[in-house]
Amino acid sequence: MSTASARRRQSWRRRLVVLSFVAPALAGLVLFLGYPLLTAVYFSFTRVDLVNPPQWVGLANWRFLLHDPNVRLAAGNTLWLVAVMVPARIVAGLLTAMLLNRVRHARGLYRTIFYLPALAPPVVATLAFVSLLKPGTGPVNTMLAKLGIEGPLWFNSPEWAKPSLVLLALWGVGDLMILFVAALLDVPAELYEAANLDGANAWQKFRFVTLPGISPVVLFAAVTGIIGTLQYFTQAAVAASVASGEATTGGGISSTFGYPEGSTFTYPLWLYVVGFRFNALGYANVLAVLLFVVAASVTMLMLRRFNAFAGSTR
Amino acid sequence: MKRRHLVFVAEHSLAIALAVMFLAPLVFVVLTSFMTSDQQLTSQLWPRTWHPSNYAEAFAKTPLARYLLNTVLYAGSATLLMLLASVPAAYALAKLRWRGRTSMFIAIICVMMLPPQVTTVPLYLLWASWGLTGSLWPLILPLLAGDAFSIFLLRQFLVTIPDDYLDAARVDGAGEWRTLLRVVVPMAKPGIAAAALFQFFYAWNDYYGPLLYTSENESAWTLSLGLASFRTLHHVEWHLISAATLLTMLPIVVLFFFAQKAFVQGVTLTGVKG
Repeated sequence: MSTASARRRQSWRRRLVVLSFVAPALAGLVLFLGYPLLTAVYFSFTRVDLVNPPQWVGLANWRFLLHDPNVRLAAGNTLWLVAVMVPARIVAGLLTAMLLNRVRHARGLYRTIFYLPALAPPVVATLAFVSLLKPGTGPVNTMLAKLGIEGPLWFNSPEWAKPSLVLLALWGVGDLMILFVAALLDVPAELYEAANLDGANAWQKFRFVTLPGISPVVLFAAVTGIIGTLQYFTQAAVAASVASGEATTGGGISSTFGYPEGSTFTYPLWLYVVGFRFNALGYANVLAVLLFVVAASVTMLMLRRFNAFAGSTR
Repeated sequence: MKRRHLVFVAEHSLAIALAVMFLAPLVFVVLTSFMTSDQQLTSQLWPRTWHPSNYAEAFAKTPLARYLLNTVLYAGSATLLMLLASVPAAYALAKLRWRGRTSMFIAIICVMMLPPQVTTVPLYLLWASWGLTGSLWPLILPLLAGDAFSIFLLRQFLVTIPDDYLDAARVDGAGEWRTLLRVVVPMAKPGIAAAALFQFFYAWNDYYGPLLYTSENESAWTLSLGLASFRTLHHVEWHLISAATLLTMLPIVVLFFFAQKAFVQGVTLTGVKG
């Protein structure tokens, strides 16, 4: 009897110790995840702005979603970026990593150079690319002209603006490269030796040894890449503002969102405009809840492979 | 023998070509930052005359010093606050056995994967009701609760520390906090350095947060926000933008070179074991 109560007392002590470690983080989960998520769902059924308290309007905001041409444009652009930018970055990151692992001299130097652009703050990288790809006097089009090719208008052309953003993303592929370099080294060398004995060619070795070996990392890169692209904001906002050449500052930057012709108008940009320029916080939360559902489903894909992802949980 | 030489040449040609492509945009920005305001409008790549004074001019013509100070305060305090709560939480997730551990870890991963735009509106209203919009506080104070990505990264690092070291400390009668501070933290320095660097870089580079909370108050702007508005305030002065751009990137690059090893290890840890 007394040992049981002593054990109970000890387990309470134990719980308090654990709580002392995780209390701030738990509070953070409630305040910065639980509360805003529930509120976002509630607000999506109300009319609310920065001045007035929320007013219940039922499904009105959600019905507006069906008739909103801007959301179709914005979601279309974001899906385009997810479909092109994410695979392009994974392929480029993997190829760069494979090259780096093959090179035997000055590997550290190459790695640093390949990684350097990934360090550039997004605003900095975007500014650099807009000036690099200036249609008239930019160095890229100047060089193309010397080769007798008329360069495209890049960030100033509705057809080329999104591909220009993809080029910008490829320039910063160094973070994925480092991830893949480590994953490639983890593939057991015996498997390659066995494949050699079986007379496998380079492609077969890649397809049947390398790819299965690194597939958890590829999945991780795909999921985080999709999530990152769903929130693609800074580069699109800055590229449009700078390329358009219109006077925009700070809060007024939203006036150039999507330039040219809405081609870079992404879903988070529309959410920002609805919420903070139109002050329609109710409808902004409809867009937020929708974004949450999409991001959560993508995350589920990864959590299903939880053990591979989280390492040993014991 | 012949074939091996060919492969060697091919690999290095490819690597050098790639290196040139990765470096070219940066070199271009460096060159532009030394040009005159007349030359930066032309298509010439090489400065006719070199003007290091552009850097001083960028400071003189714009509130660059103010932006720099705000950015240092934001990134510095965010990093320090993040460590206070994240290290103990990561320790509890990696090294203590308790019910709810897996659930909390999954919750942390969910926050990590959550696009910030999802919770933007309710949080903005919350900070507005406390009168803190128009400043960087809404971006700094939440880090008192730690940061999901940092907790995840630190947890991944801490699980690699063998339990034997912890058990030895516990046998000597050390409590869990003592074990964490005296045994685990010294061993986890590379992981802590990586988490701190990521947090610092994130805050230094952040554009969405400062845009959201400080747009209307220019005295609270950071470098990223200031830079994006720079050109329009001062016409098309690419040579000054380039100078300011490089100054924004410089601290990041310097930090990276000092802590490259911890940083690369950190990037690797965020991934999965293959």
